Amino acid sequence: MSGHDHHDHHHDHDHSELSETQLRVRALETVLTEKGYVDPAALDVLIETYEKKVGPRNGARVVAKAWADPAYRERLLKNGTPAIAEVGYAGRQGEHIVAVENTPKRHNMVVCTLCSCYPWPVLGLPPVWYKAAPYRARAVNDPRGVLADFGVALPQDTEIRVWDSTAELRYLVIPMRPAGTEGWSEEKLAELVTRDSMIGTGLAKSPADLK
Amino acid sequence: MIDQAAARRAAQEVPSIPRDADGPVFREPWEAQAFAMTLALHERGLFTWPEWAAALSREIKRAQAAGDPDTGETYYAHWLAALEQLVQEKGVASAETLHRTKHAWEHACDRTPHGEPIELKPDDFH
Repeated sequence: MSGHDHHDHHHDHDHSELSETQLRVRALETVLTEKGYVDPAALDVLIETYEKKVGPRNGARVVAKAWADPAYRERLLKNGTPAIAEVGYAGRQGEHIVAVENTPKRHNMVVCTLCSCYPWPVLGLPPVWYKAAPYRARAVNDPRGVLADFGVALPQDTEIRVWDSTAELRYLVIPMRPAGTEGWSEEKLAELVTRDSMIGTGLAKSPADLK
Repeated sequence: MIDQAAARRAAQEVPSIPRDADGPVFREPWEAQAFAMTLALHERGLFTWPEWAAALSREIKRAQAAGDPDTGETYYAHWLAALEQLVQEKGVASAETLHRTKHAWEHACDRTPHGEPIELKPDDFH
């Protein structure tokens, strides 16, 4: 992280933290928005197109490893945070990441408040709509409808479980491994893992999608 | 329109933007935010790309003189400094306004419980 926490706070996690750099960026955006020079919605739309170009995207590697290596998968499901740390940086200390696995019987979906500790090194950039209150409400009340909006149709007998991130717990969805990927390397498998599949609003890509 | 085509043009006009075959890449989300704001200001005609490149180069030289290791990891730190500088030079916002607003965000941050989204409120300016 490039962040230097310039003020003396205690790392007791009772309030939010932003680095000096993040504060400067937010200040600029606020001032430029007030003066009518930038439109935050337009900025978000552009930034969203860089979804795959921001950060280490460690989550995709974690999922690929879990698909390829049963012992790793077991460690990941048992205790997510250290298993993710094996692969790469997972975010600030003190937040626990729980990996939840999709199966034919159960699909997992995550909602989050986009607080300052959103685990972007793992999940990548949060989608713009994630911060919308209607998304949160609908994800909880009508998860199947939300998934349909994203073009995901699950069998009626697949249970949908919605996980609400808390200050202490974040979630990483392990999507189902696509058919036709037997014998693939972890590196190649990681290309199938999208941000949306790791928050449960999408499925992993199929081999045909890569072409 | 600030879009990926505009971003690719920017990457051509401004030397040494960290990139892959498709275009710019970012180490952290704030870098993408700083990049997007710069694109929007360019689109508004606040500066030309040669002007931007000159401002960025000034910041890089200043940082190097101050001992920046110049490994590429700090590229967007210089980018942000250049952006703040140009915004002031073009009379969009004073250093004082930027500082006051940053301080307000810091205040918002301190009063927001861990786990909730941070929102700026008028009371944060004091």
